[in-house]
Amino acid sequence: MQDPIRAGLAAGWKHIDAATLGKGQTVEADVVIVGSGAGGGVTADILSASGLRVILVEEGPLRSSSDFRMLESEAYPELYQDSAARKTMDKAINILQGRCVGGSTTVNWTSSFRTPPEVFAFWQRHYGLRQLSAEAMSSWFAVMEHKLWVRAWETPPNPNNKVLAAGAEKLGIPIGAIKRNVKGCWNLGYCGMGCPTNAKQSMLLTTIPAALNRGATLYTRLRAERLRFSGGRISALDCLALRPDGIHPSGKRLQLRARHFVAAAGAIGSPALLLRSGVPDPHRLLGKRTFLHPVIISSAVMPERVDAYAGAPQTLYSDFFLHQTAIDGPLGFKLETPPLHPVLYATTLQGFGAAHAALMREFTRVNVVLALLRDGFHPESQGGQVRLGRDGLPVLDYPLGEVIWEAARRALLAMAEIQFAAGARAVTPVHETAPLYSSWAQAKKGIAELPLKPLLCRVVSAHVMGGCGMADVPQRGVADHRGRHFWLGNLSIHDGSLFPTSLGANPQLSIYGLVARNASLLAAELSGRPPPLIP
Amino acid sequence: MIVSRRQFIRTGVAGSLLLAFSGWLNAAGERRLSSDERAMLAAIAGALLDGALPPAGDERSRLVALTVDGIARTIAGLSVASQREVGELFGLLVLAPGRMVLAGVGKPWREASVDDVSAFLESWRTSRLALLQGAYAALHDLTFGAWYARPDTWEAIAYPGPPRGYF
Ligand SMILES: Cc1cc2nc3c(=O)[nH]c(=O)nc-3n(C[C@H](O)[C@H](O)[C@H](O)COP(=O)(O)OP(=O)(O)OC[C@H]3O[C@@H](n4cnc5c(N)ncnc54)[C@H](O)[C@@H]3O)c2cc1C
Repeated sequence: MQDPIRAGLAAGWKHIDAATLGKGQTVEADVVIVGSGAGGGVTADILSASGLRVILVEEGPLRSSSDFRMLESEAYPELYQDSAARKTMDKAINILQGRCVGGSTTVNWTSSFRTPPEVFAFWQRHYGLRQLSAEAMSSWFAVMEHKLWVRAWETPPNPNNKVLAAGAEKLGIPIGAIKRNVKGCWNLGYCGMGCPTNAKQSMLLTTIPAALNRGATLYTRLRAERLRFSGGRISALDCLALRPDGIHPSGKRLQLRARHFVAAAGAIGSPALLLRSGVPDPHRLLGKRTFLHPVIISSAVMPERVDAYAGAPQTLYSDFFLHQTAIDGPLGFKLETPPLHPVLYATTLQGFGAAHAALMREFTRVNVVLALLRDGFHPESQGGQVRLGRDGLPVLDYPLGEVIWEAARRALLAMAEIQFAAGARAVTPVHETAPLYSSWAQAKKGIAELPLKPLLCRVVSAHVMGGCGMADVPQRGVADHRGRHFWLGNLSIHDGSLFPTSLGANPQLSIYGLVARNASLLAAELSGRPPPLIP
Repeated sequence: MIVSRRQFIRTGVAGSLLLAFSGWLNAAGERRLSSDERAMLAAIAGALLDGALPPAGDERSRLVALTVDGIARTIAGLSVASQREVGELFGLLVLAPGRMVLAGVGKPWREASVDDVSAFLESWRTSRLALLQGAYAALHDLTFGAWYARPDTWEAIAYPGPPRGYF
């Protein structure tokens, strides 16, 4: 298998692993972009294409297909924030986020959805974002779908996904097929550990190589520490080089100067960078309204092998339960089936000792359905708040309140009913006091009475959004519809932190589309060329 | 274990005092696991993995030791803040008062039985104190993560491992 990253490096890409820096230095460019995930990658591509000198700053390492050996023991420490064990402040939610070149797109599961029209409508009503609508954005989504090979997935779903389909069909619940951003996918099922065959069209394979081919500079293991500003403009970004372990600062510092700065460090990293820098925030909005699509999990033992580790992970979904109530009513949820691998499943599964071992022995027969709760629309669903810990690094405080638990109970019921309808022998909510239920009648009664509380009911997330929300005026948001910071003239925010609510859909394509639009507007401004023809 | 509300509150206060103290002990930063920590983790892994581990014997001890090595490796890959928190928890558990007051384990870790340790884990798992519940979750995830990260544990769950071949 050819490794385009190693080939590019051999051909002379400018990549500097900050762990190897001998001494501190100051470097200049037109634009400095912090973070190389969905938002950072697209921005680097578009700005470099308009002739601007771009520097990308990434705190994780540069890894590529030759390194991706599909082992959890290597992938989590190398490619994820906090070895895939990032937690909210009270430890009740486990957050998966990428921390490598390509960010979360290097390890994501490729599900591609456009921003739902009703979400744009809500943003228009509540945040005055009249420029953003499904129609106005559709060509931007189309551009990115084309570029990243977002297509219908023609291969039959794996048995894990088929359980969702079979159960839903029996109950008359409509199911849809998920588009994926892959090209020549081998259907291996290890997307979460980095794609070993370079099929996934993540930022690692698309926008970042494109920018590097145009002479952009990529720094890795370099942590953006603080933006320096005066009089409404940023002059420099101070960075800390990390040691080869990627965790501890080495003591070397780097200062990056530029005309414009882009925060694309993800929806925990960007608010944290701005908070550390003490940027103006008179309405105290920065870091607030951070959303997670809190995920509730239901595990079933099927009569036959499911082998949920094999085959494209998420290929079918149901939005039926998103549309049962008004968008700002009781929280709706989207149903999907995640991939299962031994570490991911064993650590998420409740209990220990003989009971845990017994369920693990059924590993190959396990089906898991998950519900992504649509947070941020109900007036009491205010999400979480990014704060800074003792060491200046971010901590997300996300209290799980009644509106979440009420939806979680409906979700656990819906998932168990679907799993039994699909023929499950037993179902258990992933919850510390839940037993294995052997029939739908038993599950229905049991789940109705289950105490739903933080740390008893497992909650996870791979979708972090918000914290630097967009709005029409600074009283309601941190940035405008173009991602421009309201108080600092040469600062843009280009990542999932811009969303004023969650989406009710997996976020990658929403980020690609919005950032493609905003980076194009920014490129026009900075390069003095006319703005792009697409709106 | 039936504990009155009063006792819970007292334990909570004792817990935070101990945490502050052990945190001070561990403030030095990265370090290898001490032999006391290894003994404590071995006892905990023995209880969590009971059912996956072979019955008592050399093979069991060998696999437990490998798991403790795996836990140490995992910790080294955590963020500085998480390493500090884990260090505080371990510092607390290796001290006799922490082990006795908070975990309710009377015997030193090396002598504690699977039942003793399971009872403590069970009480933390459903504790009303978020501190203890969160600590249980950390021990759970570290141990099961270290166990199932090793290919020699996969046969028991019929997982064939990642596809091999030419990539
Ligand atoms: C396991 C997993 C599966 C997923 N599956 C899907 C899916 O199927 N479909 C979908 O739509 N979405 C999926 N997602 C979510 C999607 O990938 C993210 O929403 C998206 O990548 C977020 O883009 P971003 O630009 O906001 O941040 P990211 O892509 O997370 O990028 C942020 C980058 O900034 C870096 N960074 C942070 N702080 C600093 C700093 N101070 N200095 C330097 N660098 C810093 C980080 O290391 C990271 O590389 C998944 C995510 C995960 C983790």
